[in-house]
Amino acid sequence: MQQFVNVTLTGLISGSVYAAFALALVLIWRSTRIVNFAQGSMAAATSFIALALIQAGQSYWLALVVALASGFVIGAVIERVVIRPVEGGPELNAVIVTLGLFVAIQALIAIVFGSSFESFPAPFGLRGFTVGETTIALTPNSIYVLVAVVLTMAGLIALFRFTRLGLAMRASAFGQEVARLLGVRVGRMLTLGWALAAVVGSLSGLLIAGGGLVYPAYMDALIVFGFVAAVLGGLDSPVGAVVGGLTIGLALSYVSAYLDPALVNLAALVILMVVLLVRPGGLFASSTARRA
Amino acid sequence: MGPLAQPPDSTSSSTPHHDRSSGARLEMTGISVSFGGVAALSDVSLTVEPGQVHGLIGPNGAGKTTLFNVACGLVRPDTGRIVWRGDELRRLRPSQLSRLGIARTLQGVGLFRGLTVLENVMVGAHRHARAGFVSALFAIPTSDRDEARLRARALAALEELEATPYAGRYPDSLPYPVQKRVALARALVSDPDLLLLDEPASGLSEDEMHELGDLIRTLSGRMSVLLVEHHMDLVMRVCDRITVLDSGQQIAAGTPAEVQADPAVTEAYLGDEVDVASDAAALTTSTDGRER
Repeated sequence: MQQFVNVTLTGLISGSVYAAFALALVLIWRSTRIVNFAQGSMAAATSFIALALIQAGQSYWLALVVALASGFVIGAVIERVVIRPVEGGPELNAVIVTLGLFVAIQALIAIVFGSSFESFPAPFGLRGFTVGETTIALTPNSIYVLVAVVLTMAGLIALFRFTRLGLAMRASAFGQEVARLLGVRVGRMLTLGWALAAVVGSLSGLLIAGGGLVYPAYMDALIVFGFVAAVLGGLDSPVGAVVGGLTIGLALSYVSAYLDPALVNLAALVILMVVLLVRPGGLFASSTARRA
Repeated sequence: MGPLAQPPDSTSSSTPHHDRSSGARLEMTGISVSFGGVAALSDVSLTVEPGQVHGLIGPNGAGKTTLFNVACGLVRPDTGRIVWRGDELRRLRPSQLSRLGIARTLQGVGLFRGLTVLENVMVGAHRHARAGFVSALFAIPTSDRDEARLRARALAALEELEATPYAGRYPDSLPYPVQKRVALARALVSDPDLLLLDEPASGLSEDEMHELGDLIRTLSGRMSVLLVEHHMDLVMRVCDRITVLDSGQQIAAGTPAEVQADPAVTEAYLGDEVDVASDAAALTTSTDGRER
């Protein structure tokens, strides 16, 4: 029983990070119909920026703010410079471009920051709380992770539901031409969408890095899990991304604890295949079928 | 259907409805457009007088839609001038339309599927929002007031088109005529000086078409209207002036009575009626085929 509780807690916490990452993918997919495979590398880059600040003696919080801000800038610049020319073109072009970015950014990180393993500090303790005699798999840091993800989601919901800017972004996502005719600056909305997604992606990168090791490719696993979570949720649905993320987190945690930790990656791919075969539209698919 | 009520908190409500339509003249002179060497429009001129309803008619393929798209910047003419309120519009871009006080509806409906009816109309009121990009992003109070103002405007527009009960619904769940009313509300909410209506009566019943005609007449004092429409009785009833196109050429222009009496128009439409008849025949055949 105690093990089950701990495995579930671990799953929910990592699941919340997958959810945030999946949400970043969904934000971009909704507005530009592009799966941003470079999301992980972009997040890794901002983690390394944060790490450099921390190693230079700055506080974790300053490093966090700088990393998220640089995520915003990186996302916006990438959309404007690299993605804009392939937007609306054949889907494969965009896929190739984001895959190319994925590799290029990772290489750039290795050139700038080196390719060795570095430990990334956690802002809060990593020792589990004790309930009675037993220690549970809930640490001050994991509470921080949960709170950060929940706050981010709440902020995004508020932005999209209750602000004019969010409305314009959603309108651009649903019909670029019509939105343009109504006076929405669609190009600006797309840039902003990528920037926001990069912030959320960066946050998930920092959260997963806390208390662990980072290296240029440390986000590779997360892009797989986040992508599976996003597909599970239907790629189009922010709620689906969150539910998908938590589901994947729990599923992988159970696989790791009760089967074999070595099966985790395989399990993620099995889930992806089953979803694509059985419910290609995802759990939260809208009425129309998704293409390809 | 009364005049569009000013939202209660609108700061601009201090001025009662002024006759600013007096300058709202759209002059298109010598417009020629060719697509891949084929002339779609040759030397067409059309002037929408302030506060008037101007009809644009012609058989299928006459170039009505092309001229319409020129007027709103979707198609750039090879030659010709477009003068709006005394200023020549060069390199007009669709996203500038709403700021110029021009609104258009689309063939079909063109509502955003993932936005509620109210939100759809709120996007149309976009140009009346004041809060800047940054304050909207961080949801600071200016933006909140903005949001409330947009909402009030949108509700007033829905009220005018008797679509208030559908405010919280998604467009896909509504009957087609209601969707068309919502699309019209979305165009009217920006309080345009020129309204471009692209086949507003398509898919409407006789009664609904009659109501639409009444509505267009009430709009005419408030704004100039350019109407592309197939339903001849509607056009003849609501338009102050009519331009007739055939094969990219302007073949007649004048009041409804003048146009109806013009032999060139009768000749052009005789051909079209044959088309309509054969279309109808094709339709009947295909229905029969389905029944079998």
